[in-house]
Amino acid sequence: MKISPIAGTVLAFVTAVSLVGCAANEAPTSAAPGGESSAPGASALSGTLQGTGASSMKAAQEKWVADFQTANPAVTVNYSPDGSGAGRDAFAAGGADFAGSDRPLKDEEIGAGKFAGCAADSSALNLPVYISPIAIIFNVEGVTDLTLDPATVAGIFAGTITKWNDPAIAATNDGVTLPDATITAVHRADGSGTTNNFTDTLSKLAPEVWTWGAADEWPADLSGENATGTSGVVQTVTQGTNTIGYADASAAAKLGHASLLVNGTPLQPTAEAAAAIVDHSPKIEGRPEHDLALSLDRTAEGAYPAVLVSYAIVCQTYADSAKGALVKAYLGYVASAEGQAAAAGAAGSAPLSSDLQAQVKAALDSVK
Amino acid sequence: MSTPPRTPQTREAAVAIGSEPLGDGGTGKRRRLGDTVFRGAATGAGLAILLILVLVAAFLVAQGAPALLASPEELEARGYGQFASWVLPYAFGTLWAALLALLMAVPVAIGIALFISHYASRRVAQPLGYVIDLLAAVPSVVFGLWGSLTLAQSVKDLYAWLNANFGWIPFFSGQVSGTGRTILTAAVVLAVMILPIITSLCREVFLQTPRLHEEAALALGATRWEMVKMAVLPFARPGIVAAVMLGLGRALGETMAVAMVLSGGRNITFQVLTSDNPNTIAAVIAQNFPEAYDLKRSQLIAAGLVLFLITLLVNMVARWIVARRSEYSGAN
Repeated sequence: MKISPIAGTVLAFVTAVSLVGCAANEAPTSAAPGGESSAPGASALSGTLQGTGASSMKAAQEKWVADFQTANPAVTVNYSPDGSGAGRDAFAAGGADFAGSDRPLKDEEIGAGKFAGCAADSSALNLPVYISPIAIIFNVEGVTDLTLDPATVAGIFAGTITKWNDPAIAATNDGVTLPDATITAVHRADGSGTTNNFTDTLSKLAPEVWTWGAADEWPADLSGENATGTSGVVQTVTQGTNTIGYADASAAAKLGHASLLVNGTPLQPTAEAAAAIVDHSPKIEGRPEHDLALSLDRTAEGAYPAVLVSYAIVCQTYADSAKGALVKAYLGYVASAEGQAAAAGAAGSAPLSSDLQAQVKAALDSVK
Repeated sequence: MSTPPRTPQTREAAVAIGSEPLGDGGTGKRRRLGDTVFRGAATGAGLAILLILVLVAAFLVAQGAPALLASPEELEARGYGQFASWVLPYAFGTLWAALLALLMAVPVAIGIALFISHYASRRVAQPLGYVIDLLAAVPSVVFGLWGSLTLAQSVKDLYAWLNANFGWIPFFSGQVSGTGRTILTAAVVLAVMILPIITSLCREVFLQTPRLHEEAALALGATRWEMVKMAVLPFARPGIVAAVMLGLGRALGETMAVAMVLSGGRNITFQVLTSDNPNTIAAVIAQNFPEAYDLKRSQLIAAGLVLFLITLLVNMVARWIVARRSEYSGAN
């Protein structure tokens, strides 16, 4: 019996192995240019920083790590893309200096003394660092543009709308010739923050159709085609006929992206429309000062609703102040304009708005 | 690696050498020391296998225990849900995919093996044997890539046709898949993967058929097919069973190729052309392990234990079948 530590296609596997391998031992000279001058902190910093968490921002973290280590040759940053839940657990147990998570910590998860790596009186802060729009990708014969309202998307993925020429689809697609063909809706086979945010979008925008709520795993009682990993979904949609699926927009550039009709406006999963939702979303109330946990308002005006926001979870006060300095320096680069631009280039994410960048910076300044 | 048919003379010679009492007379002390060392090494190797098996089982039990002992409510909250009902579709999918693969691979493998051992001229048989063995060396991810990129793509129209014209056969009914990534495609990939193992073993067994049996059949006026039917196949039957079981073992445990090819879910169905296929245990573990933690992790390892037991059971059945006809088995 062979248990591969990495799920997904070979391509994902090979990429993961080679890139994770590099990240830990990145030679100072081999990183891409652009990070040298921008990464903050003098080369006086040294030590090892361990991050664990969401695989959604793996590509971005690899880029950040490479740039940061180029600017600070004495620092080693490791980011293990073990998943959000594993990251939160590792951070709480003190095994990781910061966690990457596709959702902020819940109210019951935060509190002084709950985190082994933090000072006894310190709680944790949730800082958004990575925004990725989730595109609804399709591959339908003779159709290049598609506009769907959330209820229709929910119906397609729930299996209640089964034909492309269904009246519900035709209603929002005037002038498009839709084939009389069965819809193959492709979802993720593995648990994923992408699935969580996509199903959350459906349950918020079409609650009467999508009654399964939001979860990392696809609802077990729903049928449909599935595939492993983002790359698997993209490949399956590309190769199949009359298929539809959801994937990080950056990973599916070659496929058609359906426009989501929200409040009467068709929206494409662009970086601007994705960043807009983050700017319009209120912070979760009752959190400590500088905690930037967002309660995503997926119905916000002009904002593309299907968005994945990943957080870095850090201590307010680190038990080891040297770790605190490293975290501040590293995440300071991550949340800077240069860091966000680097991630946009490497991972296709949507950069944080300058306002949010400033808030993250203020929060990091408070970290001790 | 095709061995030429043994003549009765060389068989007897081999027996004579093998039955010579060991450590007897002649070479004296050196022979005895070598004998002791070899005996120790062989015993150690045999025990190591047992030890590894025990350790694997202990690991699976220890790591999977939290999920097996947890209450259903807790599994519902932190894991994948109640264990038995969660793992059952995957256990079914594992067996179903392997069975379909065997149905396709075994007749072809026996045909190839017979062709190499009894029909082809030596000039053809030898290179063909090499090619078959080479097929066994192709990594499973390559088969997975081929299955998901090429095979699924090219069979989806065939599936639609099968579904339209033979949909009255329960296996071909249901809503046909639009991508071709069904359990039938996965089974074809598995069949190709287990073909070389079964072929190689069958070929070796067929070549062991006593030449006198074959010559007797031919002398009595049998055609070549009748000779194969009367002399070769009955003699080789336990060997064929053993080969099939080894192939089955590989099909049961195959992970990467299935994970890449199959659109696997959690429903138990015998329909082979739809998007809703039962996933296999190995593929479920591979797909979910990287992000699993806590009880989910234990639950996946416990699923591995189920797979381990299924494989063990299959092997025991194979042993039993072979042992029933031990007088013909390759061991003597």
